[in-house]
Amino acid sequence: MGKIRDWFSYLSHFVYAEKLESMDQILQQIPQQLINGVTVGGVYALIAIGYTMVYGILFMLNFAHGEVYMIGGFTGWWVLHLLTNSSGGLLLNGFIVIILMILFAMALTGALGMGIERFAYRPLRNAPRMNLLLSALGVTIVLRNLVLNLQGAKIRFFHTSALIPKSIQVFHIGGTVISFMRLLVIGVSIGLMAILTWFVKETKMGKAMRATAQDTEAATFMGIDVNRIILLTFLIGSALGGAAGALVGLLFTQVDYYVGYVAGLKGFTAAVLGGIGSIPGAMVGGFILGIVESLATTLISSTYKDVVSFIILILVLLIRPWGILGEKAPEKV
Amino acid sequence: MRILELIDVDVFYGKIQALEDIQVHIEEKELVCLLGGNASGKSTTLKTILGVVKPARGRVEFMGDKISGLPTGKIVQRGVSIVPENRRIFPRLTVLENLELGAYLRNDPRGISQDMERVFNLFPRIKERLKQYGATLSGGEQQMLAMGRALMSRPKLLLMDEPSMGLAPVLVENSFEIIQRVNREGVTIFVVEQNANMALSIADRGYVLQLGKIVLHDKAENLLNNEMMKKAYLATG
Repeated sequence: MGKIRDWFSYLSHFVYAEKLESMDQILQQIPQQLINGVTVGGVYALIAIGYTMVYGILFMLNFAHGEVYMIGGFTGWWVLHLLTNSSGGLLLNGFIVIILMILFAMALTGALGMGIERFAYRPLRNAPRMNLLLSALGVTIVLRNLVLNLQGAKIRFFHTSALIPKSIQVFHIGGTVISFMRLLVIGVSIGLMAILTWFVKETKMGKAMRATAQDTEAATFMGIDVNRIILLTFLIGSALGGAAGALVGLLFTQVDYYVGYVAGLKGFTAAVLGGIGSIPGAMVGGFILGIVESLATTLISSTYKDVVSFIILILVLLIRPWGILGEKAPEKV
Repeated sequence: MRILELIDVDVFYGKIQALEDIQVHIEEKELVCLLGGNASGKSTTLKTILGVVKPARGRVEFMGDKISGLPTGKIVQRGVSIVPENRRIFPRLTVLENLELGAYLRNDPRGISQDMERVFNLFPRIKERLKQYGATLSGGEQQMLAMGRALMSRPKLLLMDEPSMGLAPVLVENSFEIIQRVNREGVTIFVVEQNANMALSIADRGYVLQLGKIVLHDKAENLLNNEMMKKAYLATG
């Protein structure tokens, strides 16, 4: 232990030179950062699921997914805005407002995802992969600029202070601070993932989805309507991405038209880390990425948070491109 | 009653003609085989029946209705089921889930569980492996599962694409015995095969396909004694 302490304090002098935080301070922060990591990790996992589900069936990277997340954030903001009166009071009970924000964000982004599939990807189903990728980039540009036109380039703030009673806004456990919103994000993201896991494992549609991902042609032989399954995949993946957008809005209280870019990259990194194509992989990858990022914030510096994520992405691609839970693609002879 | 009929069917892949003027008919409860070497057009014939490939000319009729032009799902819904080439078991679904998906279009839980029992009677080995992933089964077991899965839709016509392929000789014999048994239970079967001896030993009639054309069509016992068949396909000298 002594040795590790020495090493840490050496490290902390190195990277924290300007702050000169002591080892004890850093250690105290670790539970706090774990909580933060699980919160952000839940969000990354929700975004990553959208990438991984679409990849699992279509073998394409839906680059527009980050923008879907951003629109989820704006939808949440819009619902909150509509339900707030001019003096800052709420028209409905705060918890109901929160539920409506998440549900509307999911409904709108789910429909948006299906529309993207139907009009931007399906016509290119049999075209070379590159065309599909370009179409995805095109959708990204269109969505981002659409929001820029409708909302302007300014940051929209979520006025969340009235949503929940003061008495439960923050909890103290030992030296660790947990806000209600963090618990909400953790709870909702884990809850949604549990529902998804049940759906994919137990329902007829879920089984048809897995079958389609494993062997599309054999799935059609079973009478499965593959087009419907693909639409359903986009509906679920996009709705989860939209929920992530609304949750982040509630947590960090702001959204702008550009947030989809970094969020999309993080979700993609989490999906690759967990093993692209694997839903449990996306969940694991999301949480690991969130926790590693948060710890890096404490141990190194928040400036390098994103760098850490992308170093992880590069390392995974170099060392274990099929990720933690993914399967090595079989060599087709 | 006539279950299936292919009338004047031409199929092209781009500019290359794969099938030319195909005439095939299958009556209820028959076991008919389609024989031919590599690239003779056997699989294309099955793909045409299933609507995976569309004929450039001619038509496919199923129980008197035209089905060529319909999407595969609709054709499956009418009662056509296939044991595909290489079996195509869903590797990361359990054996039970594979069977359940065979009944994907059905909504009669009682009938489904009856048919599940029927499959277990035919293939007791499958029942022992319900919780395992499809990929963990041996080749022979996968063949049984593929057949069980196809039967779960309670098909009026069962298509089989090269059931002997990739199986050890003992298993091939076993597999054909099962095909015969299923046929005797009342399922109409159309089997595509390279192993002409095996197929003709259980079939009622056979068609022989060569370079996309049907060159012979006769009762199975006549084909077994046909001089050209003996030379080209039966290897009995």
